[in-house]
Amino acid sequence: MAAAEDLTLLEKLLGLRRGNKYSAQGERQIPVLQTNNGPSLTGSATIVAHLVKQANKEHLLGNTAEEKALVQQWLEYKVTQIDGHSNKDDIRSILKDLNSYLEDKVYFAGNNFTVADVLLYYGLHRFIVDLTFQEKEKYINMSRWFSHIQHYPGIRQHLSSVVFIKNRLYTNTH
Amino acid sequence: MRLFVSDGAPGNLPVLAAACRAGARDKLLISTVGPEECVVPFLTRPKLPALKLDSGHYLFSSSAICRYFFLLSGWEQDDLTNQWLEWETTELQPVLSVALYNLVVRGKKGEDVLSPVRKALIHIDHSLSRRSCPFLAGDSESLADIVLWGALYPLLQDPTYLPDELAALQTWFRTLSVQEPCQQAAESVLKKQGALALRVYLQKQPQPSVPLERPVSNEPEEDELSAHTLSEEEIAMAVTAWEQGLDALPPVRPRQDPVLPVAGERNVFITSALPYVNNVPHLGNIIGCVLSADVFARYSRLRQWNTLYLSGTDEYGTATETKAMDEGLTPQQICDKYHAIHASIYRWFNISFDFFGRTTTPLQTTITQDIFQRLLSRGFLLKDTVEQLRCERCSRFLADRFVEGICPFCGYEEARGDQCDKCGKLINAIELKKPQCKICRESPVVKSSQHLFLDLPKLENRLEEWLSRTLAGSDWTPNARFITRSWLRDGLKPRCITRDLKWGTPVPLEGFQDKVFYVWFDATIGYMSITANYTDQWERWWKNPEQVELYQFMAKDNVPFHSVVFPCSALGAEDNYTLVSHLIATEYLNYEDGKFSKSRGVGVFGDMAQNTGIPSDIWRFYLLYVRPENQDSSFSWSDLMLKNNSELLNNLGNFVNRAGMFVCKFFGGCVPKMTLTPDDQRLLAHVTLELRLYHQLLEKVRIRDALRCFLTISRHGNQYIQVNEPWKRIKGNEADRLRAGTVTGVAVNMAALLSIMIQPYMPTVSTTIQTQLQLPPAACAVLPTDFPCLLPAGHQIGIVSPLFQKLENDQIESLRKRFGGGQAKVSKAEDPTELANPEQIKLLTDAVTKQGNVVRELKAQKADKAQVAAEVAKLLELKQQLALAEGKPPEPSKGKKKK
Repeated sequence: MAAAEDLTLLEKLLGLRRGNKYSAQGERQIPVLQTNNGPSLTGSATIVAHLVKQANKEHLLGNTAEEKALVQQWLEYKVTQIDGHSNKDDIRSILKDLNSYLEDKVYFAGNNFTVADVLLYYGLHRFIVDLTFQEKEKYINMSRWFSHIQHYPGIRQHLSSVVFIKNRLYTNTH
Repeated sequence: MRLFVSDGAPGNLPVLAAACRAGARDKLLISTVGPEECVVPFLTRPKLPALKLDSGHYLFSSSAICRYFFLLSGWEQDDLTNQWLEWETTELQPVLSVALYNLVVRGKKGEDVLSPVRKALIHIDHSLSRRSCPFLAGDSESLADIVLWGALYPLLQDPTYLPDELAALQTWFRTLSVQEPCQQAAESVLKKQGALALRVYLQKQPQPSVPLERPVSNEPEEDELSAHTLSEEEIAMAVTAWEQGLDALPPVRPRQDPVLPVAGERNVFITSALPYVNNVPHLGNIIGCVLSADVFARYSRLRQWNTLYLSGTDEYGTATETKAMDEGLTPQQICDKYHAIHASIYRWFNISFDFFGRTTTPLQTTITQDIFQRLLSRGFLLKDTVEQLRCERCSRFLADRFVEGICPFCGYEEARGDQCDKCGKLINAIELKKPQCKICRESPVVKSSQHLFLDLPKLENRLEEWLSRTLAGSDWTPNARFITRSWLRDGLKPRCITRDLKWGTPVPLEGFQDKVFYVWFDATIGYMSITANYTDQWERWWKNPEQVELYQFMAKDNVPFHSVVFPCSALGAEDNYTLVSHLIATEYLNYEDGKFSKSRGVGVFGDMAQNTGIPSDIWRFYLLYVRPENQDSSFSWSDLMLKNNSELLNNLGNFVNRAGMFVCKFFGGCVPKMTLTPDDQRLLAHVTLELRLYHQLLEKVRIRDALRCFLTISRHGNQYIQVNEPWKRIKGNEADRLRAGTVTGVAVNMAALLSIMIQPYMPTVSTTIQTQLQLPPAACAVLPTDFPCLLPAGHQIGIVSPLFQKLENDQIESLRKRFGGGQAKVSKAEDPTELANPEQIKLLTDAVTKQGNVVRELKAQKADKAQVAAEVAKLLELKQQLALAEGKPPEPSKGKKKK
């Protein structure tokens, strides 16, 4: 299941020792983490925040109240809008929105790299690899962000590197 | 920071309560906006409430907003709260929105409301009681409690929906509800009206779907066989249905002529939007109305529903007058010419109209004038003087579509006089900025003229009442609902129904003799007059709302006229008219990466499709495959090739052909004996499942989605043949040969079922398969809901041959080039305005007029024949130049015909 794979990738990025086991709950296969010292945690956004704290990298959850709320909002967006969606029309409208959001932003929480960028990168990867150059160019801001994030050390792991062309090919479509 | 809220948005409750509880209330500026206002600039869909931070960032998730208020007050995030908040958005919201929708919008009660949320309520109750904590994340109330309370309050404030057995939940809810922040929020949002306060807001939202419904994906999944686990019952039922064979089929109802409603039957009346006569329809028009309606009509007949499918050309209006002027014909001649072109295109596309009529008939006049008189005598018409644009150079009042200018609302530069293509708002032509006459590009002047108006505000209540009765439980597409609601929300205004034109239905009223009805007042009445031309008993369809179900198909730009304007005329006329039950509107189809547009002349047109060498069924299939059902889609040549080669040739065609070939080659054309193994039985159950889904989708007119079902069945079939390898087994021992027989028999029966399922989509291919398989006529005309054995052992099939041809890259490339390598050339060939050289056109027009006078004079003087011929030749030459300059194909024969 995609959500659990994203969590395994995150663990590796955070440098956590492999030790977490995930089970899946219900028809939507919601990931469940059985923690060593406490009750289990259900839901991928919840587990993400837990893992980041476990790795003592809390800055990735945002520094200010504003950043923290933004990070959680985008984690929620990933879980509700991106995971489990395969309808191409939905994905196109998501990419359109994200592209417009990123028009004046470097990262999802503004000026700092956070775990929201990481998880959205993992969540979107399977759609971005299938885009044509023309589509990538259509979502130019999203492409810029994606290309930037995939070059962050340790993020990409086994995922394929997506090629973006720097020169515009389809100038007339804009 | 600024909080945007909309009255009655459920998200307001937790947000306001959290702001109060965390002490952020007085830092907030609150703005109330409309429910469909897109406050968050980057989101396509409206999302409310939304919080704009001082930094310019937006929080658009209610729980993120609540979280932010708590973070500001110094609260630290913890796992348990995170978990509750995530559960609230992912698990609670989907079911809760269904419950609230049922309660508030659909007016349901009891189990219809409670059952979607019961599981979620039990979850909260158990968590509270198991941990024996009074609150969700600890001993005092915190973020999680506020967010969940806010979500649940509209429902649970009615004790009916707070079951007694959930004691812990009850206590928790009551404890929170009496707290100051919650009380305040509840009061300001629900205004003591209970959940009904959410009504206006929720009505404007798309209907939430029950989660965990089997998703209908666009692209077929890889391993669908394993996607659904079959129950024993499902398998047993599929086997029983199979064994019943042809006996299971309902009797074929004989087709009447004319088709008339029958009491006690389902009477399905289908119309497709009347195409305007002034041009050749393009692929976008064809998929938008006639083809979509045709699929449904064919399906409806296969279901043995009593079906009537009508359409016709819409022929009155300025556009016809202008076209007639252009082509040197009378309006009637133009209509005759283009009516024939339309009819022949639809015939080529195999559109199964029971009747294809037109609006320029005496019955149109009779019926329109009757409705007019009824409206007049009931006081639903107003007289008023209208300022109208008049082009002095063309010496005519300019109808809306003949003015272009800058949209007063959004600034779009090519807005038309009636509607802006960009923002979709209706425009009064004189409000356009920098108006231009579309014909000569002159700036028109404002002149006044007396006109009649339909008093829509006076009819608004009746319309609302009718809509609320009709919409609930109907299959109106979401865009049709949305457009209709936004019209009502903006408030109806009186609408002009007369025009200063000649080519139209005359207005039978003193002082209006030189005017005609505005085409949108009488075009929709065209459906009635066309029916009346089909049968003199037309009123049995049109004045029979109890027995008739009316399905109207159109592109979304036509929605308001069918959902607001026409129903208002009909309701005001008080003659018990049948009104639309299901309004099916498509989005737009684009051409490659540009826009198909009749008025701008961009795209592949119906008559060109015939000359591509690609059969009409392939066109039908592809257009239906990309049918713009939920949002705009595009026609693309390379995609057409891909879909033909992969879905039709390799999947469907390959399967049907192999199944038939095996019968011919291995069994002498005689369907072999079948002994079903458990694997075969499971296959039957899978096919049945897919067939049922097909029915479910088509009953809801989800034409594009239903198309996936037959492709899936043939994919199952290919896999079945591949796994069982009948071509090897036929050479094996007795048992192997028997197995080969069973596999071949089941496969050819699947092919027979497919031939019926594809009938609405590809009628010619369907007939071809049915001839090849010699399917009994009784089976061809009925599509069962289960999968019976249609070709029993011993049935003799005919000669089998391939169904589809591969489309080659070269072929498609040359077609793409031939049609202008995209829209550039096509638009040149079709759109005079794109040429943007009015001076040259004007010069040529003048020259043609002058030369025409010369010829006439010579003829009048009975001059020398050779001299006349020479001048005529000059005239034709000039006309040809003009045609080229205007981008029309030169038609040398036309000049001769006229003389």
